[in-house]
Amino acid sequence: MDGLLTLLIDGLNYASWLFIVSLGLTLVFGVLKILNIAHGSFYALGAYAAASFVGWAAGMQWSPWMSLAAMLLAAVAVAAVVAPITERGLLRFFYGRDEVLLVLVTYALFLVMEDVTKLIWGANPYFVTEPYGLFGNVDFGVLSYVGYDFALWGLAVAAGLAAWWALNRTRQGKIVLAVIHSPEVASSMGVRVSRVYTIAFGAGVFLAALAGAFTAPMISVQPGLSVSVVVLSFAVVIIGGLGSIEGAAIGALLVGLARSAAVHLAPAAELFVIYAVMAGVLVFRPEGLFQRIQARKI
Amino acid sequence: MQFQRSASRGTFRSALCAVAASTALLFAGGEVHAQETFKIGIVAFLSGQAAESFGIPAVNGAKVLVDAFNRSAAPAPYGQKGFGGLKIEAVYVDEAGGATKQVQELRALYDREKVDAVVGYIGSGDCLAVAPVAEELKRFLILHDCGTPRIFEDGKFSYVFRTASHATMDNVALARYLKAHNAKARSINLINQDYAWGHDAKADFAAAMGQFYPDATVGQDLLPKFGAGQYGTEISVLLSKPADVTHTSLWGGDLQALMLQAGPRGLFKRTQLVISAGDHVLPVLGQRMPDGVILGARGAYGQMAPKSALNDWWNDIYAKAYNGQQPLHSPYRMAQALLGLKLAVEKAMVANGGKKPTPEQLAAALRGSEWDSPGGRIRMALADGHQAIQDTAIARTRYDAAAKKVVLEDIMRFPAECVNPPAGTTAEAWIKAGFPGAKNCP
Amino acid sequence: MNTIIHSTALARGLQGSSRPLRTLAAAAATFTVLAVAGLCVPAWLTYLVTIAAGNALVSLGIVALMRGGVVSFGQGMFFAAGGYGAALLFNQAGWTDALALAAAGGVLAVALALPFAPLLARYRGIFFATLTLALSMVAYGVLMKWPELGGSDGFTVGRPTLLGQRLDGPEGAYRLFLLTVALAAAIGFLARIYFASSTGLVTLAARDNELRVEYLGASVRRLIGANFLIAAFFGGVGGALVVLSLGHVEPAFSYWTVSGEFVFIAVLAGYRSVPAVFIASFLLEIVRSFSSAYFPNTWQLALGLFLLLVIRFLPQGIGSLWTREAR
Repeated sequence: MDGLLTLLIDGLNYASWLFIVSLGLTLVFGVLKILNIAHGSFYALGAYAAASFVGWAAGMQWSPWMSLAAMLLAAVAVAAVVAPITERGLLRFFYGRDEVLLVLVTYALFLVMEDVTKLIWGANPYFVTEPYGLFGNVDFGVLSYVGYDFALWGLAVAAGLAAWWALNRTRQGKIVLAVIHSPEVASSMGVRVSRVYTIAFGAGVFLAALAGAFTAPMISVQPGLSVSVVVLSFAVVIIGGLGSIEGAAIGALLVGLARSAAVHLAPAAELFVIYAVMAGVLVFRPEGLFQRIQARKI
Repeated sequence: MQFQRSASRGTFRSALCAVAASTALLFAGGEVHAQETFKIGIVAFLSGQAAESFGIPAVNGAKVLVDAFNRSAAPAPYGQKGFGGLKIEAVYVDEAGGATKQVQELRALYDREKVDAVVGYIGSGDCLAVAPVAEELKRFLILHDCGTPRIFEDGKFSYVFRTASHATMDNVALARYLKAHNAKARSINLINQDYAWGHDAKADFAAAMGQFYPDATVGQDLLPKFGAGQYGTEISVLLSKPADVTHTSLWGGDLQALMLQAGPRGLFKRTQLVISAGDHVLPVLGQRMPDGVILGARGAYGQMAPKSALNDWWNDIYAKAYNGQQPLHSPYRMAQALLGLKLAVEKAMVANGGKKPTPEQLAAALRGSEWDSPGGRIRMALADGHQAIQDTAIARTRYDAAAKKVVLEDIMRFPAECVNPPAGTTAEAWIKAGFPGAKNCP
Repeated sequence: MNTIIHSTALARGLQGSSRPLRTLAAAAATFTVLAVAGLCVPAWLTYLVTIAAGNALVSLGIVALMRGGVVSFGQGMFFAAGGYGAALLFNQAGWTDALALAAAGGVLAVALALPFAPLLARYRGIFFATLTLALSMVAYGVLMKWPELGGSDGFTVGRPTLLGQRLDGPEGAYRLFLLTVALAAAIGFLARIYFASSTGLVTLAARDNELRVEYLGASVRRLIGANFLIAAFFGGVGGALVVLSLGHVEPAFSYWTVSGEFVFIAVLAGYRSVPAVFIASFLLEIVRSFSSAYFPNTWQLALGLFLLLVIRFLPQGIGSLWTREAR
């Protein structure tokens, strides 16, 4: 099979995974102005929850397709339980403070959740492999791909479109956009800003957990999951522009294709590639590719 | 002159201290240790990726063995209570957090917790950082697991010992196994994590294969980031440019992810996979582990251990304590360290008339010694008696549906001198020179 | 316009004309107390204070930037630069004097910072933070891939000398402790002088409102650039000192979590008080050490909770406990 086509497909596979992983992070920053390091922990929580839910579903002898629903439910459950506690119980005490301070708060949260996850699920690995085989294989000659990876493309597109549509084409979404532009003015117009924050944070946690849940079938779910995701999703979001859905998509594509090219053509550079792309973009456009227009306050 | 100066400095110092101590708040200097106990510090990964694969099993092994020692439950020659009659007290420290933290922890263990010996360290970076510190503090340290040959190749130590072979053995044995089975190896692909462990493993394997298969070429040399977990692209590369043999030193969650992602794509039907340190993923992967994978366990451990009463006893107490689990490479290595330490303490106590040995006495007792462990005989033969060599074994996997576990077949044993460099040469030079001095190879 | 700033600063400076002398006395007193204490407390504690002092220097650099309203998430890069610089000079060039190595570490870090300072000075807020983070991660990638520098395992450094005498054994460790604390006190003193100088005070003003400061004639970009270089210098000296005590250097020094800890120390201390930075660094080391000892399985939880409590209840940092907001 043509080398270039393989490179592209691999790049798109990786990019779609990256996009799902990073979407929640960019949304949370866009609305709440929080660069959430604990995003990786929510991802890990989603993976663990999926392991548990799919395990129960398998125990109940349901059809394997129900495992997909179980994974979705797992993500919803994580968001429903964790988001309100985190946002109302912790983050809201720090609103209005320096953005960097909030980063530190989320870093502390990340540390806490690492150990809490280990306390709840233990250190042993969990496997959620039933869903991985659901979509069969797609063969291009000798090169075989798992259909599940292509299904993730669908999930990425669906998540991105849903997020974009919800923000730009619904009334609630436009209210959220108003809050993004200026919380004070929105508040003076009668918008319950704190409720918008809670919902937006919940959506961010849901997306992170969704990424974790749908990644679980291809990995071994164990401690240490969150760390690598943090750096990757940060890179994608920073490249694309914090707060921008299109930016996250373009950033994911850039990083995915760059990494694929590195592995296929120059494997020794793979470690570098993502940081190099990030630094390269930032030197020319420090606010990322899709900048948020911000009025300067005097 | 020297005498007077130090004397006056001493009195000056104690005067100052008395003043300071009466006004300052001092930290408690740690418990006063009784002469009746031997305190050891055990350091291994309790968090992060290495916890599940290596750190927690090692600590589990330590706990069960220390308990057995204290109850005099071990078979001869390990039957004495504790270490030479001294009750063993163990303190556990997490190895996670980086080399800087580990150096601080080591100092805290020696100075604050007042341990008599430290046993541990899985990460090569941590080993390299802490060894000089123990040496400088003149306190006893056993490195039980880390893989880099650099420790004793780059430095000389009096108080630091490694009671297990380093990682060169794993990859040389793999190459020898392939040669002994006349495996086809015209082309080799490599996929290893992008850090020192991965680099060293692939270099050793490629060099060793170069000796046995001079016409073999290395095709793809992939270096995914440590902890990446997503290997779709790498698998595509390995599929589209397949080789006869694919070597990996991936471990833990990364290895499991690779197996889960590559299996359904049929990679293992197109290439012979060899894994340098893979036994720890077998119980968790179960039937997801493909058949026919050649792997090593960093020693003759688990199913590959030589039959002996000691091995049976060790498997028995571990299974009883941990839900029927079989110990794997990490607890075996911890066991051989503690067994060697026990004998060294007892030997030193015989020499010094029954008192708790000093670090110097311990070092003298352990240097150059040999002992039986569940994984075979351990001999402190390299680096002037500070670096151990041991036998190893390589085997092939097969999933046994009836027993519901992965069994290791076609086990081939390699005596220590066959796969470990002799004294006086570095591992790299030894391989490049064609293994001069290698003996007893099957 | 410039004269207005200068005269206000001068006036304030004149108010505390005995300030520099008082600060000098305080620094000397602290050093003496610590030196005496170091003789009596156990070795692990003096070692911990040594490392804390080195880390505090790095965080002092962040404080210098924080006073201007930006936070650097890439101090790890200068920490690594100073550490690797000192280690390489020791191993390859045969430099053994600890003071020279510390100074060299600082200078090398500044050299590394020079090409980036004008670029970084243009950005603020989260973008300054993310760009510094990106640069430090690139540095991490470079160091990991450099086999001559030991790759991911790094390499070890022997014991340095001071005034000709080799600093090894427990005596040497105590002297290294003295050196680190002395350098820390000296740099802290200089930092305090700088912070009270006209440039330092204008930096504070820039934190409040950049636009007004620009209109008054100062160049905020130059200020931030200068502060960035100062932060690099502090980071390099701190890195060199820590590596000399540690005896080992590795790429992980440049990783984002290490930079995050330096930022945490700076936030814990607040930007108002220099001694607070050293106290904060010491506190973090103590908490880390004891969490490890008493909670080997959940030390991350303990550390995270500590961080959260501090950020919640000490919003202006420890320094706010004894300084008051300048009016």
